[in-house]
Amino acid sequence: MEHIELFFKSVFIDNMVFATFLGMCSYLAVSKKVSTAIGLGAAVTFVLGITVPLNWLLDQFVLQDGALAWLHPSLVEFDLSFLSFILFIATIATMVQLVEIIVEKFSPSLYNSLGIFLPLIAVNCAILGGSLFMQSREIASIQLATTYGIGSGFGFFLAILAIAAIREKIRYSSIPGPLRGLGITFIITGLMAIGFMSFGGMLTGGDETVPTKTDVAVEEIKDSTANGFAEDDENIAFESNNKLN
Amino acid sequence: MALLSKKDTKLITDPLSDNNPITVQVLGICSALAITAELEASVVMSVSVLFVMGVGNVVISMIRNIVPSKIRIIVQLTVIATLVIIVDLVLKAFAYELSKTLSVFIGLIITNCIIMGRFEAFALGNGLWRSFLDGIGNAFGYAVILIIVGFFRELLGSGTLWGIAVLGDPIDKTGLYALGYENNGFMLLSPMALIVVGIIIWVQRARSKHLIED
Repeated sequence: MEHIELFFKSVFIDNMVFATFLGMCSYLAVSKKVSTAIGLGAAVTFVLGITVPLNWLLDQFVLQDGALAWLHPSLVEFDLSFLSFILFIATIATMVQLVEIIVEKFSPSLYNSLGIFLPLIAVNCAILGGSLFMQSREIASIQLATTYGIGSGFGFFLAILAIAAIREKIRYSSIPGPLRGLGITFIITGLMAIGFMSFGGMLTGGDETVPTKTDVAVEEIKDSTANGFAEDDENIAFESNNKLN
Repeated sequence: MALLSKKDTKLITDPLSDNNPITVQVLGICSALAITAELEASVVMSVSVLFVMGVGNVVISMIRNIVPSKIRIIVQLTVIATLVIIVDLVLKAFAYELSKTLSVFIGLIITNCIIMGRFEAFALGNGLWRSFLDGIGNAFGYAVILIIVGFFRELLGSGTLWGIAVLGDPIDKTGLYALGYENNGFMLLSPMALIVVGIIIWVQRARSKHLIED
């Protein structure tokens, strides 16, 4: 149950592209055709599913405050979390290279469809973002981390597939010259993001008392856009509890 | 001898308009959108990127002849990650509240495509001084867009600039609010960042016709 909830949360509510704007560069660059978009989406899902659990292990056993205790009791006072950026990105770059070599060896056909995207992925913000969010949201177990990785990858897949389909069709409509291409893609993405915001109510199930929009809305919104996205629902729940009391 | 030749000046001025990293080269969008709900965060982000790009371009340009091209991506990532850790620690020490606001997005400077893109496209093939100018030029181009977006989103969304109320007090109904003006809370939500950037691109391309795609 926990897994299903996390999966849907990472696909719809915290969608990589629409909620956190991660992976926008490749999202814009590779979304001109549906077939290439599918290739990139699959590659991102694949790599996220591998790197997030790996970085979870790294975080738990090397980086966190006191995580080195398993090595020797005297190491318990070390806090290496300032090294997380450099270790996460090193893991990602190495994994991408490794995955590329393995896929090339064992499945040339998959390599042909996925291969050209793999080098691109090492510097895709969605991949590093997945690991960093995994760290800041303190995901509890390695299974959940895997679910989270695959879920966010699938969210990216969904987003890039949708925009590619729209861009293929929109070529036949008459858009004002200066807006053509990049401009309209941005605006469509914005509208899609507004659409995805409506999934926000999914976790509360609709039967909790939601605080009246007008008085808390502005502060809530400020909080949620500024501080990341994990705490939103808790904030809302917390606020509404306060109200009830 | 002048400090900046004509060609050098172009390296700085080009990214501000016709070769802007965000609206024309389409690099580094991720962070540009996520943190622009407030002007202050936009400026801090711009300064961080300016530092990382300026120093990073110099370092890469210095070691460009001794790094084998096969492992250059990992070397570049290591250089950027080190610089970003410096920025992150400095922010945590001197502006803790702000570093909470920016959360993971400081870390994501590492994968900001502007930085990798300019390393690949420029610093790998050019000398120290020119690489440095290219770095800060592109960082300024990035900053311009961030500041425009941050300005409009904060002004229209919460009626403040840099945290200072400029349109009056929404609770006491002074200033513009006395006339029935309301803040548009929607501007603070993430989708509006995309739409604002879309509009900036529209305005820019309407002004310089040669950028229009067909």
